Amino acid sequence: MSDTLLEVDDLRVTFPTRTGLVQAVRGVSFSLRRERLGIVGESGSGKSQTGRAIMGVTPPQAEVSAKKLAFDGMDLLSMSPRERRALRGSRIAMILQDPKYSLDPVMTIGRQIVETLRTHEKVSKAEARERALAMLQAVQIRDPARVFDLYPHEVSGGMGQRAMIAMMLVTGPELMIADEPTSALDVTVQLDVLKILDKLVAERGMGLIFISHDLRLVSSFCDRVVVMYAGKVVEQIKASELRDAQHPYTRGLLNCMPRIGFERHPLPVLDRKPEWAA
Amino acid sequence: MTASITVEGLEVVFDRFRALKGVSLEVREGESYGLVGESGSGKSTLLRAITGLAPVSAGTITVNGKTLGKTRDKAFYREVQMVFQDPYGSLHPRQTVDRLLQEPLAIHGIADGEKRIERALDEVGLGKGFRFRYAHQLSGGQRQRVAIARALILEPSILLLDEPTSALDASVQAEVLNLLEEVRRRRKLTFLMVSHDLAIITHMCERLMVMQNGEAVETLTASQLIGHRVSEDYTRNLLRASEGFVRA
Repeated sequence: MSDTLLEVDDLRVTFPTRTGLVQAVRGVSFSLRRERLGIVGESGSGKSQTGRAIMGVTPPQAEVSAKKLAFDGMDLLSMSPRERRALRGSRIAMILQDPKYSLDPVMTIGRQIVETLRTHEKVSKAEARERALAMLQAVQIRDPARVFDLYPHEVSGGMGQRAMIAMMLVTGPELMIADEPTSALDVTVQLDVLKILDKLVAERGMGLIFISHDLRLVSSFCDRVVVMYAGKVVEQIKASELRDAQHPYTRGLLNCMPRIGFERHPLPVLDRKPEWAA
Repeated sequence: MTASITVEGLEVVFDRFRALKGVSLEVREGESYGLVGESGSGKSTLLRAITGLAPVSAGTITVNGKTLGKTRDKAFYREVQMVFQDPYGSLHPRQTVDRLLQEPLAIHGIADGEKRIERALDEVGLGKGFRFRYAHQLSGGQRQRVAIARALILEPSILLLDEPTSALDASVQAEVLNLLEEVRRRRKLTFLMVSHDLAIITHMCERLMVMQNGEAVETLTASQLIGHRVSEDYTRNLLRASEGFVRA
């Protein structure tokens, strides 16, 4: 298919540890068009490492290998670090979990957005400022000029996460990787941030990889869902068909959460089978 | 039924910030009571004020008929124990599970420690094999089980639970919630539980209070919440948010 944005075939990420090699990602394959793809799994399932390997921010001691890891037809693994760096932040962007840790604490929000923009595009300072302000407006920050001059600690979590989305979108990326973008936020703020993200992704026709531990949230937000367990993909399914999921792990994950209006005592728990990880 | 915990007009002030602005509630004996709200709503501060970890500037707290003063005595902590949110932060990293569980026994001068430790570990579903491990050798769910065992070992009548499962994976969360329900049934405990997750609170609690900005928004029974019979817009918003993302 010509409109495939990202192709991942047999992706592996291996970490050396004192007790030998640990494979965090063990042969993950999927392809992405300009759509919203969710990657779901529990802690340690390799979902974040998958995202990081695509972005090219795997820790240096780890080894990334794949039969194919191609973005827009370009092989990401054979690229020079310089070419990879040029891609990162301009055509592929990443939103991290907690704005408290992922924004630079000693730099104003405006300067961080301008820095991202001027790293990737030749624009004057005045124009960069204009575009940063427009972007802050686009993420529904009411008073962009005021927020532009604030430091990350001076804004709330929801506001910080919007600023981060603004910073990532200002260069107009084609692929966005969002790693638990709303897990650190309150439920009501979570929905606001998701709404903004949804609108911008739809308007700009981006491809989105949404990484989360929350299967229900992901299925309400994405078109397709990849379910990971112990570094492997156990199931790929259309979000609308999640109710008919086949794999016992997917069904267990859906089932084990308490739901309002469904009384189940005790809650069903996952009966983990060793063959899931095989 | 008699009241287990009664809080009246409770105020907590940090410097000039009023974290709790005159909150009142009554938890009956044997009941499971929930506190819901967003971050900064004062729900955790309320628990901490009861255990004596937050400065009370006005109002009264009565536990099992005794009105609490400025300090808490040992007898109080034999009745009231707390389980904290983060099992990675609430267990001493250089103490074995055995040592962790012995500490409350030593403080209260309890003799039959050996039996109690075995029973407590058994009760939370950790076998004897876990007794001499360190916290870093355990998973998040196992750590929270140790924290629950530590709270139970003094045989209290009231457990204060501050987001006991929010640091855990969904499947592990289900296991810990089931464990908490089971020990409550077996020991006839009173729970006062904090969570930001309405679904967890309606699952675990019979009554609940919604909080915002250090104040009570409204008090509901779980069935009122399930039937959407709520009177405040804020609660309605929370309910809508808990249903997940809906594309406009």
